[in-house]
Amino acid sequence: MLSFFHACAILSSFVVKKYVKNNYKIYRNPKQNGGHAVSFTIIVFVKQVPDTQNITGEAMKADGTVNRAALPAIFNPEDLNALELALQLKDRYGAKVVVGTMGPPNAAEVLRDALYRGADEAVLLTDRNFAGADTLATSYALSCCAKKIGKFDLILCGRQAIDGDTAQVGPQLAEKLKIPQISYIEEVISLDKHKVKARRAIEGGYEILETPVPAMLTVIDSNDPRPPAAKKIMKFKKAITRSELVKAHAGANYTDAEALAEEEENLKTKNLWINEWNASSVDADPQRIGLAGSPTKVKKIESVVLTAADFKKIEANEQGINGLIHELIQDHTLG
Amino acid sequence: MSEKIGNVWVFIEQEGGKIADVSLELVCKGHELAKRLGVKTEAVLLGNKIRHCVDTLYHYGCDTVYLAEDKHLEPFTVLPYAKVIMDLIKEHKPNILLFGATLKGRELAPRVASEKLAGLTADCTDLQIDDFDDKVNKKFYKNKLMQIRPAFGGNIIATIVNTWDDPQMVTVREGVMKMTEPDKSRKGKLVEVKPSLSKEETIVKVIERVSKEKNVNLKGAQIIVAGGYGVGSKENFKLIYELAEALGGQVGASRAAVDAGWIDHDHQVGQTGVTVRPKLYIACGISGSIQHRAGMQEAKRIIAINSDPDAPILSVAHYGIVGDLNDIIPKMIKAYKSKV
Repeated sequence: MLSFFHACAILSSFVVKKYVKNNYKIYRNPKQNGGHAVSFTIIVFVKQVPDTQNITGEAMKADGTVNRAALPAIFNPEDLNALELALQLKDRYGAKVVVGTMGPPNAAEVLRDALYRGADEAVLLTDRNFAGADTLATSYALSCCAKKIGKFDLILCGRQAIDGDTAQVGPQLAEKLKIPQISYIEEVISLDKHKVKARRAIEGGYEILETPVPAMLTVIDSNDPRPPAAKKIMKFKKAITRSELVKAHAGANYTDAEALAEEEENLKTKNLWINEWNASSVDADPQRIGLAGSPTKVKKIESVVLTAADFKKIEANEQGINGLIHELIQDHTLG
Repeated sequence: MSEKIGNVWVFIEQEGGKIADVSLELVCKGHELAKRLGVKTEAVLLGNKIRHCVDTLYHYGCDTVYLAEDKHLEPFTVLPYAKVIMDLIKEHKPNILLFGATLKGRELAPRVASEKLAGLTADCTDLQIDDFDDKVNKKFYKNKLMQIRPAFGGNIIATIVNTWDDPQMVTVREGVMKMTEPDKSRKGKLVEVKPSLSKEETIVKVIERVSKEKNVNLKGAQIIVAGGYGVGSKENFKLIYELAEALGGQVGASRAAVDAGWIDHDHQVGQTGVTVRPKLYIACGISGSIQHRAGMQEAKRIIAINSDPDAPILSVAHYGIVGDLNDIIPKMIKAYKSKV
C-alpha cells in the first residue's frame, strides 16, 4: 500500500481538480454517466501496432520480406475489444475509463481514438529509456503507470498485440501489481465494489470465474467495438500531450514557458489534455525498464521469404485434375 | 560458467487426468535438450487425483516427476499453479522450463516468469542449444537455449536468448515438436510435493465450467482439406467435407471461414489455430494470409484451389488450380474414385 499513497502524493494538482469537476458534473446531470454515479475506475492499456494482418503488395520488398515502415500504425485490434468492454461497463455501472499506452510520442494517436470512442482520460507513457523493452520490462513500466493513476477496480488489456502475439504483458502486469488475473474474457457478467464475475474462453468451451477486485482481465475478440462518435471527434481532436503542445508552438515565437503553461492550464480545464508521463514521473527504476530491464535478448532476426516451391499449374479441367490425382496416387501422397 | 546447471523441466498440462499432447511433445524435446546438456528431464505435474499420469511421463523420457496434488489444483486456475511452480523453482533451480503455448500455458507462464524475473519467449517453433556471444554487452554465454519463434505476424523469425538467471522459460506451439515412440519399460523417480497454498492464491473461484473434447484431430491428420472465405457459405462447406471424406482426410478451415460462422474453431489452421504438417493439404478458397500459411506451410504437398490467380496461397503451393472450387472439387472426387 505504501506505493499507492506515494502515487497519490505525487499526483499533480490538475488531476485532483479534474476529479472535483467531474463529480460536480455528475451531481448536476446524472444522465451523463448513464444515470449512475461514477463508482468504478477502469484502466485500459492499449498499444499502437503496425498493421501486420493486412500486408499488401506495397509493404513487401523485392526480396519477399516485409517493409515494416510501409505498414500503417493502428489501434491493436484486441485492445479495441478491451476498450469496448470498459465502455460497456461504464454504460452499465458508471465508471471512469482511463486509457493508457506506452510508446513513442505519436502513440498519442491511439489515445485520441480512445477518447473519440468514449474514454474519459488518457495517459501517454513515453521515454527513450523505455525503448527496447521486452514483455517483463513493459509490464513493469505499465505497473508503475497504473500505480500513478491511483486506485482502480479493473485493468483491461487486449489478450495480445498483433506485432508480437505474446499475450504476456497482461498476466505479467497483474503479477507486478500482485492482483489476480483472468485471461481470454468474452464478457463481464457482473461487477461490484468487491468482485467481478466474467465468462472466458477455455479449450473447447467456456468458464465462468469470480475474482475479488482489483483484478486484471485480458479480452479477446468477442464484442463489436463502437466506432468513434462524431461529436467526440470534434471535441477531442484538439486533445494533445505536452510534447505536441510544445511542437505546435515551436518556431511560432511563442515558446516562453509562461505562455505554454497558460495554454496547458486552458486545455486541462477543457478536458483536452493528454497526460504525458516519463520514467521518472511514474517513479520507475531505471534498471528495470527498456533494454536494461529486459532479460531476453534478440540474437538473430531472419525474414521469412515465401518459398516458391516447385510450383505446377494444373488446368481446371477434367484432364488436368485427372493428371494431378494420378500423380498423387503414384507418389503415395494419396493412398 | 563451470557451476552445475539445473535440469530441463516440462510443465505437464492435463485436463481431467488426460495429459495434453503438447506436453508429451515437450517431454520428448526436453529429453533431447537434456541429453545435449548432460542433465535430467523432469516433469512438473499438478492437479488432483492424477497419479495415473506419472508412468506415461517416464515412458516418454522423464527421469523425475514432481507431483503436486491438491483440491485447489483442480480445475486449473493460474494463481495456485503459479505458486506451486514458483516454490519448486526456488527449491530446485531448473535450467530450462518448457510450457505448451496453449490457453493455459500462455496465461500461467508469464505469471511465473514475472515473479521469477526470468525471460519468457512465447510461441516458440524451435529450440536449440548454442552459445551466445552478446557483443553489445561484451558477455559470452555458453550452452544457452536458443528460443526460436515467428514474430511480426509471421513475417520474421527471431532467435531469442534469456540472459538473466535461470530458468530459461518458453512456451512452445502445439504440434511443432515431434513425439517419439514411448518406451514402456522406462522408469523414473516420483517426487511428491505438498503444495502450500494460502487464501491469497485461491481467491479466484470457478463458478461454471463447460468444455467438450475436440472432435477433430487435425494435428495427427495425414490429409487435410481446408476451406476458406472463398467457399462462400456454410451450406457450401459440404463440398469440403465431401472431398475430405472421399480422400480419407480431415476438414480444416481458415480463420475467415471460422469467423464467418461456417465451421467450428476446432478446425482452424494457422497462427491462432492449429499448426499442421500433413502429407497433403488442399486449400480451397483460402487466400493464404501469412497467419494461415504459418500453420500449414510445412505440409509435404500443398494444393491450392483459388479463383484469384494472384492469391498468396499459390506462392507456397506445389500445385495451383485457378478456377471455381464448385466445379473443381466434384471433378477431383470423381477422378479419385475412378482411380482407386
